[in-house]
Amino acid sequence: MFMRNLTVVCAIALATSPLLAEDSGEEKATERTSATLPERLEETGERAPMEPPRSSAEEVGEIDVSSNAFGVGQPATEEQISAIDIDVMPDGQGLPEGSGTFADGKTAYDQACAACHGSDMEGVSELGAPALLGGRGTLADDSPVKTVESYWPYASTLYDYVHRAMPLQSPGSLSPDEVYAISAYILGRAGIISDDPDTTLDADSMAEIKMPNADGFVEDPRPDVGGNE
Amino acid sequence: MPNDEKFPASRYGPAERHMAESLVEIERQMLADPQQEDCDCKEGMFNGLTRRGLLAGGLALGGGALMSGRAAAEAPPGAVEYYVQPDPTKEQGRLILQDDGYGSRSQFESEVRWRYPTASIESSWSMTPLASGHGIITPSGLHFERHHAGIPTIDPRTHELILHGMVDTPMRFTMDDLKRLPAVSKIHFIECSGNGLTEWDEPTLKTVQGTHGLTSTSEWTGVRLSTLLEMAGVSDGAAWILAEGADAAVMTRSVPIDKAMDDAILAYAQNGEAIRPEQGYPLRLLLPGYEGNTHIKWLRRLEVSDKPFMTREETSKYTDLMPDGSARQFSLEMEAKSVITFPSGAMKLPRPGFYEVTGVAWSGRGKITKVEVSADGGKTWEEASLEGPVLPICHTRFRLPWKWTGEQAVLQSRATDDTGYVQPALSELVDVRGLNSVYHLNAIQSWHISEDGEVTNVHA
Repeated sequence: MFMRNLTVVCAIALATSPLLAEDSGEEKATERTSATLPERLEETGERAPMEPPRSSAEEVGEIDVSSNAFGVGQPATEEQISAIDIDVMPDGQGLPEGSGTFADGKTAYDQACAACHGSDMEGVSELGAPALLGGRGTLADDSPVKTVESYWPYASTLYDYVHRAMPLQSPGSLSPDEVYAISAYILGRAGIISDDPDTTLDADSMAEIKMPNADGFVEDPRPDVGGNE
Repeated sequence: MPNDEKFPASRYGPAERHMAESLVEIERQMLADPQQEDCDCKEGMFNGLTRRGLLAGGLALGGGALMSGRAAAEAPPGAVEYYVQPDPTKEQGRLILQDDGYGSRSQFESEVRWRYPTASIESSWSMTPLASGHGIITPSGLHFERHHAGIPTIDPRTHELILHGMVDTPMRFTMDDLKRLPAVSKIHFIECSGNGLTEWDEPTLKTVQGTHGLTSTSEWTGVRLSTLLEMAGVSDGAAWILAEGADAAVMTRSVPIDKAMDDAILAYAQNGEAIRPEQGYPLRLLLPGYEGNTHIKWLRRLEVSDKPFMTREETSKYTDLMPDGSARQFSLEMEAKSVITFPSGAMKLPRPGFYEVTGVAWSGRGKITKVEVSADGGKTWEEASLEGPVLPICHTRFRLPWKWTGEQAVLQSRATDDTGYVQPALSELVDVRGLNSVYHLNAIQSWHISEDGEVTNVHA
């Protein structure tokens, strides 16, 4: 009987909850953004226990349960993957179509980046924004200067990170063309590629870039110290 | 059912029965009034006690007990300031569930995480107050934090995890899906590899919270990553897996596939309840023994590859610059380390006499097998007792009775793990790694005790 009461309570909750009325814009305006307390069971007033988690496979019924022992999860479609598959690898894998010039990059940089990283990419330490240029040849010094120019081993990382997480106040807002252009401007100013205003970066040229510190990284040799018993 | 049957005199005293009956009555009234149950203020069975039900309940209970309600509050974070009775043996205490069904710590406890003063508030870290910690578990609300772009608020009903790349069947999982799979619970520490980064050159921060507070231990519950990888079918030649978070940094790290198959957990729970938002709610990657940055929070995507992805965090950050200008990359394991948490920096011992020296030791490679303590700056060592259970890749509590004579002393602890590795002196690390490697400082910590009992952070 408890189960039936619970079912009734839940059915009412489902029918009336705006959370589940997915397509109604009007109801979305009042959608809760926090959990409600567990429902009460009739008669005893106990709090209802958690609902057993539902398998998305069971709901959609698209999965071949015989090939999926747990009957849990669904195949991810190309479309679903590409919507969030944003990483870019050193060989250029993941770089999107598009291109941008050094000159366009200066415009975009001044607009989107200079406020934190400085108009000459010198960084603004009070903001915690690092310098992007300089420091070549300092990595073995007492005070090494680690920048995109002096330290970053792959140009792909610059594209990936700027596209992924910059600018700080509107991350992920730059178009591929803008990211190519900003990359061209930073790498041009760093003397890693030409600083001619027409210098253009795209997927192919990006993957060709050899960074000054590309060979500067070694495997972890630890344990390197610490007496061994 | 009449209440005298429900609360028979054989098992309930008169006062207990009176209270029980009153509570049933309050509940009945609240249940009978759908408006009340549906209103925005419905926070708990007895929230009515502070609103409408207060009247009914107060009358039913004769009023007195409810006087111990919430006082005007200047309570510490995580606490509620309640009326303090002059003599708690002479009046009823605060009623059960006045906290709406979720408890809080005492109003007389106030230890908090401390934010390291980074220039950027968005990318910052806060540290666990190890000095006041007990045992081996860190309270969830005091677990250290490291965020690169703030703490996202994520609705678990819409959060999904996609697993793709070099697999036979790319898969998509809801949180419900993950919770339907076989689960494991493991108690592990997580330590940021930047723990102690201020301490290479000279003693800088004063307290153990500042020098060591980027390590914390929780019980983590979730599904093994290997379970998902086996479901999707990993292709031949797969060597790395990218983990990506759903925060504004879209934080990414590459993880060796062997680690992913070995003991990685996709954790949705911490210390017996859902994982805290600042720890990655609703889902974080747990890589036992690996540096904290790799334990990607707010996990949304896993991509299998034959190569590492060379993300910003594993190239420009979290790499260890050596004196020759080369940098170590993928230095993932946290090596054995220990620290005395009592006595520790910025304390003052009130007088000579008996003190129990205590602290924590941990290793990303396995179990702690030994902790030695020195009171003379490392000239002589005495073995501390390890408090069980001693778990692999977990904080281990050590204790040693000590009599402070009132003379100057330098307290140190030195951990050994079950690989035979012995925690090194700072000078040994610096000899090999120089002063610019930033990460992975696991050296012996020294606390100087002055003749007047002041405890300070020193290099000895």
